[in-house]
Amino acid sequence: MKFSYFPGCSLKGSGRAYEESLLPVLSALGVELEELDDWNCCGATAYMAVSDAAGYVLAARNLALAEQKKQDLVAPCSGCYLVLNKCQHYAAEYPDVATRVQETLKRDNLTYKGTTKVRHPLDILVNDIGLDAIKKRVTNPLKGFKIAPYYGCQIIRPYATFDDQHNPVTMDKLFKALGAEVVTYPLKTRCCGGSLTGTVTEVGQNMSYILLREAMRRGANVLATTCPLCQFNLDAYQGDISSDYHESVKMPIVYFTQLMGLAFGLPAEKIGLQRCIVPMDLKPAAALAK
Amino acid sequence: MNEPTKTQPRIGVYICHCGTNIAGVVDCKAVAETAAQYPNVVVSRDYKYMCSDPGQALIQQDIKEHKLDRIVVSSCSPLLHEHTFRGACEKGGLNPYCFQMVNIREHDSWVHEKGAAATDKAKDLTRAAVSRVAHHKPLETKTTPIHPDVMIVGGGIAGIQAALTLANAGQHVYLVEREPTIGGYMAKFDKTFPTLDCAACILTPKMSAVGAHPNITLWTYSEVAKVDGFVGNYKVVVKRKPRYIIEDLCVGCNECVTACVFKEGKFEDEFNMGLSKRKPVYMPFPQATPPIVLIDPETCINVKTGKCKKTCVEACGDRQAIDFTQKAEMKEVQVGTIILATGFQPFDAKRIPQYGYGIYPNVYTSLEIERLVNASGPTEGHVVLRDGKTKPKSVGIVHCVGSRDNKTHRWCSRVCCMYSMKLAHLIKHHTDAEVFNFYIDIRAPGKGYEEFYEKLQEEGVHFIRGRVAEVTDWQMSKEEEGKLVIRVEDTLAGFVRRIPVDMVVLAVGLEPHADSQDVRRQFNISCSTEGWFLERHPKLAPVNTFTDGIFIAGACQGPKDIPDTVAQAGAAAAEALSLIKAGSIELEPNTAFVVAEECSGCKTCIPMCPYTAISRDDVKKVAVINEALCKGCGTCVAACPSGAIKQNLFDDDEITSEIEAILAK
Repeated sequence: MKFSYFPGCSLKGSGRAYEESLLPVLSALGVELEELDDWNCCGATAYMAVSDAAGYVLAARNLALAEQKKQDLVAPCSGCYLVLNKCQHYAAEYPDVATRVQETLKRDNLTYKGTTKVRHPLDILVNDIGLDAIKKRVTNPLKGFKIAPYYGCQIIRPYATFDDQHNPVTMDKLFKALGAEVVTYPLKTRCCGGSLTGTVTEVGQNMSYILLREAMRRGANVLATTCPLCQFNLDAYQGDISSDYHESVKMPIVYFTQLMGLAFGLPAEKIGLQRCIVPMDLKPAAALAK
Repeated sequence: MNEPTKTQPRIGVYICHCGTNIAGVVDCKAVAETAAQYPNVVVSRDYKYMCSDPGQALIQQDIKEHKLDRIVVSSCSPLLHEHTFRGACEKGGLNPYCFQMVNIREHDSWVHEKGAAATDKAKDLTRAAVSRVAHHKPLETKTTPIHPDVMIVGGGIAGIQAALTLANAGQHVYLVEREPTIGGYMAKFDKTFPTLDCAACILTPKMSAVGAHPNITLWTYSEVAKVDGFVGNYKVVVKRKPRYIIEDLCVGCNECVTACVFKEGKFEDEFNMGLSKRKPVYMPFPQATPPIVLIDPETCINVKTGKCKKTCVEACGDRQAIDFTQKAEMKEVQVGTIILATGFQPFDAKRIPQYGYGIYPNVYTSLEIERLVNASGPTEGHVVLRDGKTKPKSVGIVHCVGSRDNKTHRWCSRVCCMYSMKLAHLIKHHTDAEVFNFYIDIRAPGKGYEEFYEKLQEEGVHFIRGRVAEVTDWQMSKEEEGKLVIRVEDTLAGFVRRIPVDMVVLAVGLEPHADSQDVRRQFNISCSTEGWFLERHPKLAPVNTFTDGIFIAGACQGPKDIPDTVAQAGAAAAEALSLIKAGSIELEPNTAFVVAEECSGCKTCIPMCPYTAISRDDVKKVAVINEALCKGCGTCVAACPSGAIKQNLFDDDEITSEIEAILAK
């Protein structure tokens, strides 16, 4: 199984733990990723709000590059995944978007046809590779892990391509296959605060606080995410949140791929676990036994 | 009668304005002027309403005055007025089939913008019809007798009402019901809105009247397996599922239920929406009709394994009503007319996971609450939470669950506002809880309905306008602890609210049965895109279908409350009676026939016919079509390798001349 790979800025920067865990996990399962040559910003961030035309062109350039490779494109970051999908939907539905994109790309000798499928790693893991193949690869079952599966908003809304919009279950199934316990977490698609954490901090942090506190209240000892922004928002401000809400908030926030790596027996520092601000207990079963 | 001449037809063309429906888009005068130039057209006129009496008189007058022998009317759909204009031709002294209708409303003015193109399309369509009608031949209609017996499918309040109306008028009725008892959803209700009279008190007398009526053959636990034939002469096969009880011998004493090897009920009680347990042998509810038990093959140890002490048989004793050897039985009957009253199914609340049904125990559907507030329900009318003892202090009722929602069903289910308010009243009455209704709009457009809404407001029931976003258990304050929180944008107050409650009731909407498509195919009727059975005309033929002799009543046609259902059931019964009293019905002559001298007897056509109307005459070695069974679908006409099958009104020269004319510009 081979895919083109679009890392986006996060996976090379603040979210590098995602890449560090994704690549060895997929490779362990026989999936080959070929990083797109000369990729650029996906078009997410503030582009769509300031100039949607620029946003579409940025996204479409990456898609045009991927089309040359004639294979599906993996976009692990939720922001990239959404904006690349959005560009394809809009170019298909609105001729003026398609025209604008084509004319601009022509200057770079590129054409966009809309033939590449943008895929999320979760989709590939559970629907292409399958839970049985994943189970076979588990050498270190995640005993004692009580995981709050947190999907965030962008991989299922508005385009629910591989799971339910309101009650996604792909990660739940995955973690059970890894031998972990999954806690009931109805906030699994609630907003983490997004970029509000950077602009209207008290509103953004309140949203993060609710997610963290509810994960704790439901007995989770780790919260798993699919999105670099969610990971950052939830991981980085727990100190501020604790002092603002006069409550000790402590919850490790990791990527689902890091949990997979751990279950596959990969060393913690090879899957970016040392980068967590709130550290995760690697042997929670022992702690529970005490 | 003017006999159409073979050499020189004399055609009259009439372009209808349909008020502004057509004339608002198509230049009708210009169409009529152009049509006057078409070959063989003697008269061409436009008129405001061709279907009106003066419009029809115009045709009749022209037939006489101008010796017309063919008529074309360009107006609306033939479904609506072909019959009208054929009648006008006949009154004018012309064979009604020397007529062709053109649809320039649904096919033109209603789907196009005003302009030359729309007018040109009307001209093209009219030219094709003029060319076609010149080849029409006079045809004779045939009549067929109407069998006086009626089959009614579905034993809810609609089927019950229709059955009693017909039976009281002296007709024999076969009432077929899928479940082990008649009564439908109404039998589960406690009170009915807006009068709050007890549902059982008004329904059960009708149920027992059905059971006891000499003119009604009641087949419960049965399904229609096959339908053949046509109006007046349907042959229906009904599958009677084995209930392992001999109906005539069971007296409904319930001794077998007491004696069953299961000491306690163990399986979900369907009648109580799973809120109580039943045994494998059970009576659906005390007033079930017929008042006899049944054995559920899915859960009975003896049916499944044959290894049971059969204490039930012992208890039944000399009555010997239990028969484990019973097999499904096929009954074939002849009826003249059929009424479909198959009802609805409630929307599955699990399809909206953010409302928490099946996730949080104290989220209920409205039908579960109907059983909870019912004195004969699983808690004898005590409204308690799933723990079986705690009275809720606050209850939220979420309206429009699976209704008025692009993601599930777009339609308004019509009954939910009213039943939600009824349940709000009953819950308040039983528990004195604070009750909140979360609504989009309150729809109370019935006799006494708005007054009921006002009464509820006076009782102190809260109404919050806004579509509920989510029912959840995450909390923001002490008072929310241990509660379900309803998150909603209060669109009147203009802010987002969190309302903690002990119990949530989801007012689920009505949707077509999952197998409604199979049923409609079986009876050869149409469905709307949503899956509701389609009436022949939304205003003027609300209980007829496009298949003669098959009528619809109740919620299978669309969501409706009990008063509307009963009214429609009466109407369907009256329509069936009107056919029966007429004694016979005219059949369309658009059937196929075999030109014997051209038929090679190859039998290609025989398996093609969906209505088994074709057989082979083994003496003459040719195919023969039974005109009474032929529905005029044309399959055999196209299939015949030697072109020996022809079809009235669809002759080759009629069709090719029509196509040639529409292509000739």
